[in-house]
Amino acid sequence: MKPDRLLLIGGSAGSLQVMFSLLTAVGNDFPLPVLVILHRNSAFDSSLEELFFSRTALMTKEVEEKELPAMGTVYLCPADYHVLVESDHSFSLDYSERVHFSRPSIDVTFKSAADVYGAGTIAVLLSGGNADGADGLAYVKERGGVTVVQDPRTAEVSYMPQQAISRMQPDHILPAEDISVFIRGLATYK
Amino acid sequence: MEFNPIQYEELEQLLTDIYKRYGYDFSEYSKASLQRRIHRLFTLDKFPSFAEFRYRLQTDAQYFRRFVEEITVNVTEMLRDPSFYRTLRTTILPVLATYPFIRIWHAGCATGEEVYSMAILLKEAGLLHKSLLYGTDINPLVIEKARKGIFPVSQMQKYSENYIQSGGVRDFSSYYTANYHLAKFDSSLTRRMIFSTHNLVSDFSFNEFQLILCRNVLIYFERDLQSKVFKLFDYSLENFGYLALGSKESMRFSSIAGRYKQVGKEKIWRKTHEAG
Repeated sequence: MKPDRLLLIGGSAGSLQVMFSLLTAVGNDFPLPVLVILHRNSAFDSSLEELFFSRTALMTKEVEEKELPAMGTVYLCPADYHVLVESDHSFSLDYSERVHFSRPSIDVTFKSAADVYGAGTIAVLLSGGNADGADGLAYVKERGGVTVVQDPRTAEVSYMPQQAISRMQPDHILPAEDISVFIRGLATYK
Repeated sequence: MEFNPIQYEELEQLLTDIYKRYGYDFSEYSKASLQRRIHRLFTLDKFPSFAEFRYRLQTDAQYFRRFVEEITVNVTEMLRDPSFYRTLRTTILPVLATYPFIRIWHAGCATGEEVYSMAILLKEAGLLHKSLLYGTDINPLVIEKARKGIFPVSQMQKYSENYIQSGGVRDFSSYYTANYHLAKFDSSLTRRMIFSTHNLVSDFSFNEFQLILCRNVLIYFERDLQSKVFKLFDYSLENFGYLALGSKESMRFSSIAGRYKQVGKEKIWRKTHEAG
């Protein structure tokens, strides 16, 4: 069965530890695919994947082009590619211009996912030092999806969540621990 | 915040129009990326409605030219993925050196940075004089740029770093002449290049090559089109020739995969035998 919901987690500077804590919090029977959009330096590429593998019970892998998302699997956007979502829910890769100096860009993936998943899109934006993600969150919300922003006061770098909050009204503004609770809730709530 | 103004059905309609009017077939391109590019153009050129956008494309051939230029992705760089170029230097070029004449095809070369990178490698291996590099792209504008071999000087530091990481030991700046913000690459490199438009969807094989590079092009194609293009490459590749793809592309799912063997860790495959 094709999952009808997709959990997106976007973050930049200062978000890695929070991501680990979120992914540790979800059990290995998590009923949604998770797509992680993390600004990263391609030089540290392989070590990042290994870190994710060691920190979560979930199946973790880098997105491959044309791959269909499976429930309970965490997909990482590859360094230097945007990830888009096709109407059949498969992922596709895109090497076009950077957005907010970023590739992968959180905006690009949030918008593309919302075009396909609509109200089934759950988008979480964490700590970061640039404005990527704000437009994407607004778009997710317009499409009826659920938007969550890390409380800037609890973020290691507050600029990115702050930008999002100043541009749109997220459904939830939560400290990291509560985002974990929220995500666990997705497993039971439909 | 505005919604994507072009819905899926409208996109299909537009692509059918374009095929009928101009013969360009985008119907098997990956839709998410195509839709994003078209949306970008639509917004950039401030069309009030989809109907007007469609009408303009139908009636204005000049505008269609702009459409092709803008919806294709032309992002590239010199010596992109240095470890890939290192493998070309150490593993592939020594084999190509045994041929009396070397023909290389860069399919979907955009503004040509990777063709110039290859020419530099060939020159350093002492093979450039007996090589011909063909660079093709669907987009005539980028082919014009590739022919000129002029790139922004602002990129040269990054390219120089890539060059060193790829195993280059000369002074990278010896390959170009800087003039204000532009860097013009040496004509000794350009002399061995032939640039031309070529549409991977509809155009045929035009020669036989020992090495074909097509990097970050197939990600924009749906599976069926990918397999057609793989067949075109297979047909255009000499036995024991090499096919090189982008860092996230694979020939694993193609029908020709059984007759190819991957070279090391890089996205390079060698043809082991011809189709039966």
